[in-house]
Amino acid sequence: MLTITDLHASCDGKEILRGIDLQINAGEVHAIMGPNGSGKSTLANVLAGRDRYQVTRGTVKYRDVDLLQMPPEERARAGVFLAFQYPVEIPGVSNIYLLKAALNAVRKSRGERELDAMDFLALVKERMQLVEMKEELLYRSVNEGFSGGEKKRNEILQMAVLAPYLAILDETDSGLDIDALQVVAAGVNALRSPDRAFLLITHYQRLLDYVVPDVVHVLIGGRIVKSGDRALALELERTGYADLTPALTPATMLDER
Amino acid sequence: MSNPAPDTAARYVQVMHERNDVAREAAWLRTLRESAVARFADLGFPLQQDEDWKYTDVRPIERAAFMPLPLDAATPLIPDAGQFRLDGVSGPRLVFIDGRFSASLSDLGGVPKGATVTTLAYALNSEPQLPAAHLGRYLPDDSHGFIALNTALLSDGAFIRLNAGTRMEQPIHVLYLATASAALLLPRNLIIAERDSQVTIVEHYAAVGDMAYFTNSLTEIFAADNATVEHYRVQEENRTAFHVSGVHMQINRSSRVTTHALDLGGRLVRNDLRAVLADSGGECHFNGLYLATDRQHIDNHTHIDHAQPHCTSREFYRGVLSGRGRTVFRGRIIVRPGAQKSDARQVNDNLLLSRDAEVDSQPQLEIYADDVMCSHGATVGQLDENALFYLRARALSDADARDLLTFAFAREVLDRVRLAPLRARIELRLAAAMRRFAPREVHT
Repeated sequence: MLTITDLHASCDGKEILRGIDLQINAGEVHAIMGPNGSGKSTLANVLAGRDRYQVTRGTVKYRDVDLLQMPPEERARAGVFLAFQYPVEIPGVSNIYLLKAALNAVRKSRGERELDAMDFLALVKERMQLVEMKEELLYRSVNEGFSGGEKKRNEILQMAVLAPYLAILDETDSGLDIDALQVVAAGVNALRSPDRAFLLITHYQRLLDYVVPDVVHVLIGGRIVKSGDRALALELERTGYADLTPALTPATMLDER
Repeated sequence: MSNPAPDTAARYVQVMHERNDVAREAAWLRTLRESAVARFADLGFPLQQDEDWKYTDVRPIERAAFMPLPLDAATPLIPDAGQFRLDGVSGPRLVFIDGRFSASLSDLGGVPKGATVTTLAYALNSEPQLPAAHLGRYLPDDSHGFIALNTALLSDGAFIRLNAGTRMEQPIHVLYLATASAALLLPRNLIIAERDSQVTIVEHYAAVGDMAYFTNSLTEIFAADNATVEHYRVQEENRTAFHVSGVHMQINRSSRVTTHALDLGGRLVRNDLRAVLADSGGECHFNGLYLATDRQHIDNHTHIDHAQPHCTSREFYRGVLSGRGRTVFRGRIIVRPGAQKSDARQVNDNLLLSRDAEVDSQPQLEIYADDVMCSHGATVGQLDENALFYLRARALSDADARDLLTFAFAREVLDRVRLAPLRARIELRLAAAMRRFAPREVHT
């Protein structure tokens, strides 16, 4: 599904990703953990196509195409979904309008017919049950005045409606209370399938109590320094990241800040 | 460019003196005209040295020397006048073609008892005492030449009057259609809402064809105690037209006037919107949207006079600019001595879609009372990069994402438009405008 090879990326001339190698197969759930400033969100944004980051070296192959050559909307249409760490408020655009525009843009690019209002509403209402979201939020402006938990649920709802092949969740668990976390996790679990892969970016291992990953990676200083199974996440919870960082010189650590 | 400007002002004065139809007018009206003629002869066209006209150069209007149409000119047939109707609005309709009333396109049915919906010319002829008490009474002392020009040559427009206690549910659509090239059009509207009355009026300016012409309109609104007036000025002139408008209102005890100033067209546009809150509990709401692209110039001057205590004013103006679009917003609020508990808020937001567009936004608060709440805010910004990326990450194309965000920005003004058929019409116009607004086209 996704093959990342020697990926380097910078922002404002500062190198943040320093050679990422990652292979994710269909059906798998991968978790990427790491301390603040390690490059987790940068990786998510580079995969989604944010032009603030410049890829300076390396390749990303997604379902046999060169992902890095595609603008963000084409990635989305091809089935790459990023759940934002900080979902953006868009006054004046209703949530349901965005959902419909997004779904129909995806369907159109796949040569499928656009859904009419009735079919669309039926689909959305069904998917909303996954995230236990109040229907009223559909008719409000996108994320405007939503609580933190509502914003994250809304991201999961968008994911459920768009049914991507590769879902990247950028710290979707941050700032959630345990109820909201369970709802988000249930949404992810419900969408797990043999032809879909997940990349969960998280700061805490808590989410992984509810969404059991196939592989856990530790990202430090822009590189994956260790990979393992779920036990690695539990070990990190106990020991922290300190044991994994000796390779970094004080100079590069300063650079990370 | 080296040609000297014709002395248009002098020609206008000559036209004023040559009008032979005014002789049979009532004395008060002749006096009103004569003082306006004298005033125009004195003022002429505004100059940019005048602070109020600093950013708006009206010399192109002067150079073009637009002239009033002969009173006996034939009225053209408008085969597609239907496109200017407001679908779903079933109230009375007054249609003026090149400033002259068209009985065949108008529909004055459905006017309830207690309401008068007619032309100003008819009212001046048949019941002159009704307009006499109001016409010209709400114009500012420091009025500029365009106001004097309108009054000096006034001929027709809408006359709307609501008797005390009359509530009119259906909106009144007043449509001014321009068809003639090089014409000077001088619509004059008078709206009188007596005590406890309620009315909705849409002043609508549009054109058939892309000829140059000049609309210089003037509207006076009198809202008596506890009256409610919802007023719209929808400006869809063609893109070579000049449009100068004045809307002047007096708001009395506990009455409320809402004006929506929607400027979508015109090449050079200047609007003066003024309210005097003349007694306590009065309220005015100014809601504005302007779109300026290519070389359009749109200047909105608002002026709210809190003359008495316990009055409320709200201004919410938004502008979208692209190409070499240029807009001016100057919002003046005066709180007079003793006008305690005045509550005034003013917001002007501008969205710039191109580097060559230019905005001047100036709040001007003059507060002479000490127990008041007054606030103002002006913003000039571009589309939010985070929001753009968010929409593109949800599969919308860059162009669609830009259009959607631009539309959403403008829509916050339209959400305040209560008249649904009108809102739908403007939304369609907006959506059509988005395509030409997109920066990718602007820079080619």
